[in-house]
Amino acid sequence: MFVRNLWQRLAAPIDPPLMTLATLLLSYALLVVSSASYDRIGAQLLNTLVALVVMRLVAQVPPQRLMYFALPVFVGGVLLLIAVALFGDISKGARRWLNLGFMRVQPSEIMKIAMPLMLAWYFQRHETFLRLREYVVAAILLLLPVVLIARQPDLGTALLVLAAGFYVIFLAGLSWKILIGLAVSAMAAAPLAWSMLHDYQRSRIMTLLDPEADPLGKGFHIIQSTIAIGSGGILGKGWGQGTQAQLEFIPERHTDFIFAVLSEEFGLLGNTLLLILYALLIGRGMMIAANAPTLFTRLLAGSITLIFFTYAFVNMGMVSGLLPVVGVPLPFISYGGTSLTTLFIGIGILMSIHKHRMLVQK
Amino acid sequence: MEFKNPEQEIVRFQRRLAVASGFVLVIFILLFARFFWLQVVQYSYYQTRAEDNRISLVPITPNRGLILDRNGVVMARNYSAYTLEITPARAGDLETVIDGLSRVIEIQPRDRKRFKKLLEESKNFESLPIRTRLTDEEVAKFIAHRYRFPGVDIKARLFRQYPYNESASHLLGYIGRINDRDLDRIEEKDAEPNYRGTEHFGKTGLEQKYEFELHGQTGFEKVEVDAGGRAVRVLSRVPPVSGNNLTLTVDFKLQEVAERAFGDRRGALVAIDPASGGILALVSVPGYDPNMFVEGIDPQNWDALNNSPDKPMVNRALNGTYPPGSTFKPYMALAALEIGKRTPQQTIFDPGFYSFGGHVFRDDKKGGHGTVDMYQSIVQSCDTYYYMLANDLGIDNIASFMRQFGFGQRTGVDLEGESEGVLPSQEWKRKHFKKPEQQRWFAGETISIGIGQGYNAYTPIQMAQAVATLANNGVMYRPHIVKSIADAKTGVAVSIEPKPLRTIPLKPQDIETIKQAMIGVNREGTGARAFAGAEYVSAGKTGTAQVYSLKGEKYTEGHVAEHMRDHALFIAFAPAEQPRIALAVVVENGGFGATAAAPIARQVLDYYLLGKLPKAPPPEAAAEDEGD
Repeated sequence: MFVRNLWQRLAAPIDPPLMTLATLLLSYALLVVSSASYDRIGAQLLNTLVALVVMRLVAQVPPQRLMYFALPVFVGGVLLLIAVALFGDISKGARRWLNLGFMRVQPSEIMKIAMPLMLAWYFQRHETFLRLREYVVAAILLLLPVVLIARQPDLGTALLVLAAGFYVIFLAGLSWKILIGLAVSAMAAAPLAWSMLHDYQRSRIMTLLDPEADPLGKGFHIIQSTIAIGSGGILGKGWGQGTQAQLEFIPERHTDFIFAVLSEEFGLLGNTLLLILYALLIGRGMMIAANAPTLFTRLLAGSITLIFFTYAFVNMGMVSGLLPVVGVPLPFISYGGTSLTTLFIGIGILMSIHKHRMLVQK
Repeated sequence: MEFKNPEQEIVRFQRRLAVASGFVLVIFILLFARFFWLQVVQYSYYQTRAEDNRISLVPITPNRGLILDRNGVVMARNYSAYTLEITPARAGDLETVIDGLSRVIEIQPRDRKRFKKLLEESKNFESLPIRTRLTDEEVAKFIAHRYRFPGVDIKARLFRQYPYNESASHLLGYIGRINDRDLDRIEEKDAEPNYRGTEHFGKTGLEQKYEFELHGQTGFEKVEVDAGGRAVRVLSRVPPVSGNNLTLTVDFKLQEVAERAFGDRRGALVAIDPASGGILALVSVPGYDPNMFVEGIDPQNWDALNNSPDKPMVNRALNGTYPPGSTFKPYMALAALEIGKRTPQQTIFDPGFYSFGGHVFRDDKKGGHGTVDMYQSIVQSCDTYYYMLANDLGIDNIASFMRQFGFGQRTGVDLEGESEGVLPSQEWKRKHFKKPEQQRWFAGETISIGIGQGYNAYTPIQMAQAVATLANNGVMYRPHIVKSIADAKTGVAVSIEPKPLRTIPLKPQDIETIKQAMIGVNREGTGARAFAGAEYVSAGKTGTAQVYSLKGEKYTEGHVAEHMRDHALFIAFAPAEQPRIALAVVVENGGFGATAAAPIARQVLDYYLLGKLPKAPPPEAAAEDEGD
């Protein structure tokens, strides 16, 4: 009786469809990680457990409470980014980490959640009076951290944070005229942006266009991952049987390039299964957003859902040679605690919004 | 902006959501299309590339074919030994590495020098030997210290070995590490795939000529490798096919007898089976040890070989050109008979000299030979007879007759780099000299041609081919060294069938006249002393070729510097009635043919025909003037 009660209390904020999809994705991840890097299976189980606990904790926080966090988390995040720019550790040629003495944090990671939280909160506050001015302010709030991250330089994360903020602005209803105008001016500014890119960033884009130009150097990663995907065929080579993966032709095979391992060993069938799981997850997120009670929750749920989509698209696009190489893990599948926790905070928020959809309605 | 209606707001939000969902759907379809393209449409292309990635072909070098003499004596073979090899690209600072190695295993300065030379000549990524022929103890010592030397490995390899060292060195040649010139030859033959992993190439002699027979077919191991190029496992193996074995016409024992007969004198000997052109012995002394070249010769030995005044690296049998001296006389006599300028019975009177155009050509014998017919002219080697004959025949008749016997032309023996020699004629002089005043042939120049002097210059192998053709009654064969080539796998030997090059139209009675005179040489003439007591009938002719012209002075051997002394020559065949062996001997600066060259021929014939090994060292030339 007591046990049943406890279980009910524990499971109360959990959304069964989301939980089911998350469980399926996590199982898939364990399967692939164990093939890509068998030694890491224990660590990944632990990461998963931590992420689930965090998710459960977040899920029971009511959205109103989340609103309180929005401003302090965002301001804190921006301050940390400034601190990184001033005192950050340099690793692999970029200043991304802040050494707090007992641990190293990557403030740009915080921004992935803090940004939509902040903008959703901001739009909620000005709900009754959304004019162009509010959008301009929102754009400035968005661009400040994005520029800081881009200067680290970490263009990949900057674009993801930009996307997250943009989704909120888009869903908040910025008029199509302005959106189209922005798109046109972005295209016009492309040559200028190109000239502002770092050499390594430019070469990544050039590599995408013609990977065979430097097959043993810059093109190596993308050529090898494309070969892995293509040679997987329809049914794949089988678990642990991918020659590209097992003979170490795929770089970062348990993290950013894990999709190449999945593709090689499980083929088009495995890829399709992954696409379906993502589509269902995104669909569920969209439903939660559509039914959310307040502007804040609507914008937050919608943008989190689209962030999941963005990560999935950018990673799969990059590994299969459609997009330039940026450091984005495959959501729910790649090995690594930080990104998994971030993702499950998002899931937790979605669950919380769904659970509390009736309570906040007045 | 107007006041917001919450209902309208929600509809608008949901419309935006719908647009986003549509975008998501489009992107997912795009991704699926990309996967479909890669995994279904392009599948076989990427499948192949993945296989290429993981599979590496490792060549397995075949065993080089053996070289055997006609009786199966192995003259070139392979043996397995350990070498200590450094891969320069992986080893770091070479000096430090070698210093470190020298504390574990003995490394001589000459090893270092040789390594340096190899390094300069090497293609970039190969491993190069710093020490060869390690003992088991040395191998064990190194293995204990191996962890300290990355890029240094012990390798078990097959080495080429020439067990008889200097014997037959010019005949066999040697192999050495492949250089750029060898690579060009490999390219010409389109043999690059078959030479993957091969490090040696025939440089001279038979090793060079028959390189592509001896090399064999390279095998391959299909190995699965990881991205770092490390072999993970062997998938399949195509074994190499050993090179073909060469069986020679050469009788190695005979070769040794002939080489020993020279003692420490310089010279060449070529012995041929007249009925087939098969070379029985091909001697050029001094020789060199071909084993030194296999793993790269050290600069010290190389300089010693190259700077030696004895020129041990020159194959005198093919590249030494000598005036034939009196060994030319039997051919001159034959020409006279064939052209009709002399009969065998016709005599001349020899006062001891011959005057032509105000110039006196001296006979070797003071006071002359008196009345001399053709037989005596050969047996006693009368110069005056041939001065006159040369003048009667004229240079162009002599040249066109001699050309039939192969004088002044490459014989086409199966070795590279044969010299042509000089068969003098009016045309040759026109072509050979640049200044117009030198291009004219003077009748006086014909006179000394008659006794094998003047511009005459032939290789020992040409002389041997000529005497073999004479012994074989004008039927001429191309001299050859390889008798058959045996497939190492099936053991099937393909014989190289001797084919007559041509038959010189000669009257049988003329040949008989000349042969009888040559038999007379060894019975009662200039060769009689060397062939005293022989148990077979042999035919021969001595010769002494002037190296240095003594203006009117009497030539006395003891008074002339060694390198200006005359070359001693001898040609012979035996048994006279059914010749089985014909040979030409040249002893450089040996003095008289009768005393220096003929005894060598005697030892060779005795061994070949009777199996008799010489007992005493070669009889020393007694400086007794008995004509040549």
